[in-house]
Amino acid sequence: MAAERSSASDGAVIEVAGLWKIFGPRSERVLACSDKDLDPAALREKTGCTAAVRNVSFQVRPGEVFVVMGLSGSGKSTLVRCLTRLIEPTAGEIRIGGEDVGSASPARLRELRRHQVSMVFQHFGLLPHRRVIDNIAYGLEIQGMARADRYRRAREILTLVGLDGHADSYPDQLSGGMRQRVGLARALAVDPQVMLFDEPFSALDPLIRRDMQAEVMRLHREVGKTMVFITHDLSEALKLGERIAIMRDGSIVQLGTAEELVGAPVDDYVADFVRDVPRSHVLSLRWICRDPESDEHLDGPVLPADMIIRDAIPASTASARPIRVVQGDELVGVVDRVDILTAMTSDAGAPAVHAEKASA
Amino acid sequence: MSAPAVPVTAPQGTLRLPRWAVLAGIAVLFTVGYLLYRGTGTLPHDDEAAPFLFINDARETIDAGRNENPLFLYLINYLRLFTAGLYDLLEVGLTALGWPGLIGVMGALGWLAGGWRIALLAAAGFVSFGVLGLWEASVLTLALIVAAVLLALVVGIPLGIWTGGSARVRRLITPVLDVMQIMPTFAYLAPMVLFFQIGPASATVATLIYALPVTIRITALAIEQVSPTAIEASASLGATRRQTLRKVQLPMARETIALAINQTIMMALSMVVIAALISAPGLGSDIVRGLSRANVGFMLPAGVAIVIMAIVLDRMTMAAARRRVSDRVSYVAAGMLALAGLALAAVLPAEFPEEWRISFAGPVNDAVTWAKFSWYDVTTAIKNISSEALLNPLQGLLTSAPWWLVAAAVLAVAWWSSGVRPALTALGCLVAIALLGLWEHGMETLTTVLVAVALTLLIGLLLGIAAARSLRFSAVQRPLLDAAQTMPAFVYLLPALALFGATRFTAIFASVIYAVPPVARLVEEGIRGVPPTVVEAAVSTGSTSGQLLWKVQLPMARRAILLAANQGIVMTLAMVVVGGLVGAGGLGYDVVSGFVQRTDFGMGFTAGVATVLLGIMLDRITQGADRRPSP
Repeated sequence: MAAERSSASDGAVIEVAGLWKIFGPRSERVLACSDKDLDPAALREKTGCTAAVRNVSFQVRPGEVFVVMGLSGSGKSTLVRCLTRLIEPTAGEIRIGGEDVGSASPARLRELRRHQVSMVFQHFGLLPHRRVIDNIAYGLEIQGMARADRYRRAREILTLVGLDGHADSYPDQLSGGMRQRVGLARALAVDPQVMLFDEPFSALDPLIRRDMQAEVMRLHREVGKTMVFITHDLSEALKLGERIAIMRDGSIVQLGTAEELVGAPVDDYVADFVRDVPRSHVLSLRWICRDPESDEHLDGPVLPADMIIRDAIPASTASARPIRVVQGDELVGVVDRVDILTAMTSDAGAPAVHAEKASA
Repeated sequence: MSAPAVPVTAPQGTLRLPRWAVLAGIAVLFTVGYLLYRGTGTLPHDDEAAPFLFINDARETIDAGRNENPLFLYLINYLRLFTAGLYDLLEVGLTALGWPGLIGVMGALGWLAGGWRIALLAAAGFVSFGVLGLWEASVLTLALIVAAVLLALVVGIPLGIWTGGSARVRRLITPVLDVMQIMPTFAYLAPMVLFFQIGPASATVATLIYALPVTIRITALAIEQVSPTAIEASASLGATRRQTLRKVQLPMARETIALAINQTIMMALSMVVIAALISAPGLGSDIVRGLSRANVGFMLPAGVAIVIMAIVLDRMTMAAARRRVSDRVSYVAAGMLALAGLALAAVLPAEFPEEWRISFAGPVNDAVTWAKFSWYDVTTAIKNISSEALLNPLQGLLTSAPWWLVAAAVLAVAWWSSGVRPALTALGCLVAIALLGLWEHGMETLTTVLVAVALTLLIGLLLGIAAARSLRFSAVQRPLLDAAQTMPAFVYLLPALALFGATRFTAIFASVIYAVPPVARLVEEGIRGVPPTVVEAAVSTGSTSGQLLWKVQLPMARRAILLAANQGIVMTLAMVVVGGLVGAGGLGYDVVSGFVQRTDFGMGFTAGVATVLLGIMLDRITQGADRRPSP
C-alpha cells in the first residue's frame, strides 16, 4: 500500500522493502518456512523466536518527516535500528541515498553512520564523563576531525539548539530537556542527510515535550533534514508527521497522512487508535463536503478542499449560505453549518464516524 | 527457615510432604545406619598414603628435570625468572629511595590521589612502619604486592574487558573464576612450589593468581554496566569498536575499574601474609612465625603494619577513583613532597633511626598473659562447652561413621537442597577426598567448618536483622563492618590467639569474626530490599513487627539470606584452613606441615586439593538453594 502513495520512488532517500527481523535461535529457518506468518504468541510457542519486524516496506522522500508510530513492543524501535544495522535485519532490502545498506562492508557502514545518518535516542545516550561541547563534537571526533575545527562546528550547533553558555557543563548538570537538546545537537553536528529519532521525547515532561516538538519542527524548517521519527504518542505523530506509518506486531497496518489515518482508518485497530483525535482539527473540508441539494443556493463563500474543518468556522458563521468547497477551479461539493457542527460533535468521541466517511 | 512450608509440586498420587520432612527422614536414616554400622568402614589417617608418596615422587622428578624438561626450560623457568626479576627490581628500587624518599613519594602519590588528607595519611602510615621497627619488612611486602598487583592488572584488566564485552567469553570464563574464588588461599601455594620453587617468585605468582579473579570480575562488571544507549549512540555515529571502547566504555567504567584495582590490592595484601609459608619475604613471615609460636607480642606489630598498609592503599585508590582531574596545585605540591623526601634521604641515615622506634612486644605479651589469666574462666568455659557440646560429638560422629554412610547423607542433602547435578558433584568431591587418603582429616576440618558456619550464620542473621530493623543500630554497625572487611584475613587470628591460645576453637573464633561482616551485610540488604509497598501493605493489614519479619521480610529476603549462607561457608572454610597454623588440626595442619617438612610435601599438596574439594562440596550443597523457585 505504501508503494502507490510515494510514487516518486526514484527520489526516495530511504527505501525499505520486505524487511524482517526475527529474534531468537535459528531465525533464518523460521523465515524460510511458513512459521513466519504465525501470530506472535504462536510463533514464540513453536520456535522460541520473536518476529519484531515483519515484512515492512516503505519509502521516505527527501526532506520529509516520516513518523513510525505504535505501542510498545510493536517493533518500531527495532525497525529504526535496522535502518543503519545497529540491529542486523534478518531479511529484506534497505537503501539509503541509493546505497544498499544490507550489503555494505563494516567500513562502508561506518562511513554511512558517520556522514549520512545520525540518531537521537530516548534515553539520550550522552557520555557523562564529557562536557556538553565534547558530547556534541563526539561524532566529529571519531571521524578524525581536528580539535579546533570540531569545536567550531560544535559551537555553531550549540547555538542552533539554544544551549549557548552550557558548553562546559557536564550532562548531569542539565535538565532532561536540555540533555535531549545535547543529543539533538550531537546528531546534527555531523551534518547528516537523514536523522533518526527513537522516541526522543517520551522521557520528558509534557510541557518540555511540547517545546522540543516545536524545536524539531523549527530545525526541520531551518536545516531541512529528512527525518524518521519513532513515537508511541499519537498527538506527537499527528503534529510532526507528514506521513505516518502505524505499526502493530511488527507490521505496518496503515501508512498515510494524518488526514487519511483519521478519516479512513483501514481497520478497527487504527480506528481505535485515532478515535479520540478531534476530527475537526485534522480532517479537511474534503472529508465532509457533499453534493449540493437541489434547493441550495450555490453563491456562498468559497473555500479550498484542503482547509482544515476548524478553520472553516469563521466563514460558516459569517454567511448563512452553504460553503462551496473547491479544488482549484472545480467544485467538489458544499458544506453547511450543520455539516461542520456534526463533524465537531464527533470530536467528543461520539461513534457517528463511519457514515460520514462513506461520503468521502 | 520457618517460612510456611510450601508443598513441593509433587507428582500426582504421592503424598505431599512438607520440605523439612525429607531432611528429617535423611537424619533418621543416617542415625539408624550409624547405630548399625558404627566403627566399620572408617578410613583412618595414614601419613604414608599412596597419593602422598606419589606427589613426593613427582616433586623429586620435577626438581630433577627442572633444567631438562622443555616445559620448564622454555616456559616456566622464564616465567620464574621474569617474576623474580620484576620483584627484585621493585625491591631494589623501593629500597634505593631510602625511607625518607619512600615516605615522600607515597605522600606525593597520596596528594595526587586525594589532596592533602590522603597525603598525610599515606606519609603517616609509612612513618609508622619505621616506628614499629618494621621498615625493611614493610618495603619487602610492598614490593611483593606491587609486583603481584601490576601483573594481575596487566593480565586481568584486558581479560576483564574482553569478558565484559562478549557473552561467549563470559560463559567460558565464569566457571573458572568460580572455582578459583572458592579455593582456600592455602591451596594455591603447593602447586606454586612445585613449579616456581620456594621464594618471592612463587609468592608473587600465588598472590597474582589469588587476586586475579577479582580483577577480572569487577572489570567485566564495569564494562557491562556502561549504559547500552551510550554505546549504541557511539555506534550510530560510526565509531569503530576500538573507538567506542576507548572513548565511551573505558571512561564510563573508570570508577568501577578503580574499584577493581582497589580490590585487587586488598586481595593481594591478604595473600601476601599466607605466602610467607612459601618463604615470601616481608611482614608475613613475622606473622607466620608469631602464629606458629603463639607469640602475640611478636606478630602484633606486623599485623598492625599490614592493617595500616591496607588502610593507606585502600584510601589512596578509592580517592583516586573519585577524583576527576588533578589541578596544577596538586602536581606542584606532590612534586615538592617527593623531592623533599628524596633530599632528606641523602641527608638522614639510611636506617630508620633506632630512637624513633617503639617496641611493644613485651607489654603486649604481658597484656595477653593477663587477659588469659583473668579471663581464664570465661574463655575456658566457652572453649570447653563448645568442644564438649558441639565439636567432639560431631567429629566423633563423622569420623566413626562408615564413609559410605556420610557420603550417602551428603548426596541426599545436596539432592534435596540443590538438585541432581550439584549433588553428584558434591558426592564426587567427597569420594575424591577419601581416595586422596585424607578422609579423617577432612572430616575433622568439616566439623570445624560446620560449627563455625553455624555460629557465623546465627550471629550474622541476628546482626543483619537488628540492623535492618533499627537505623540507629545500622549506623553504628556499618563503619565497623566496613573496617572489618578491609582487613586481611590473618589479622583476625590475633585476638583469637590472644584469648584462646593455640586450639581448634581459635580457628573457629577467628573465622566467625572474619565471615560475620559479609553475612550481616547481605542479610541487612536483603531485608531492606523488600519493596516498601509490600511492607506498607503488610502493616496496613495490622501485622505486628514480629509478623512482618517472619511472614514478609524474611521469606522475601530468602535469596539474600541463602547467598549470605553460601558466602559465609566459603569464607569460613578459607579461614578454618588457615587455622591449621594455630592448632585447628585437620587439613590446614597438613598443608602447613607440607611446607615445613619436605617429606610431608605430598600430604600438604593433597590436603590443599582436599580443601578445594571440600569447598566445592559445601558450595554445591548451598548454592542450589537460591535457584529453587521462590515461594
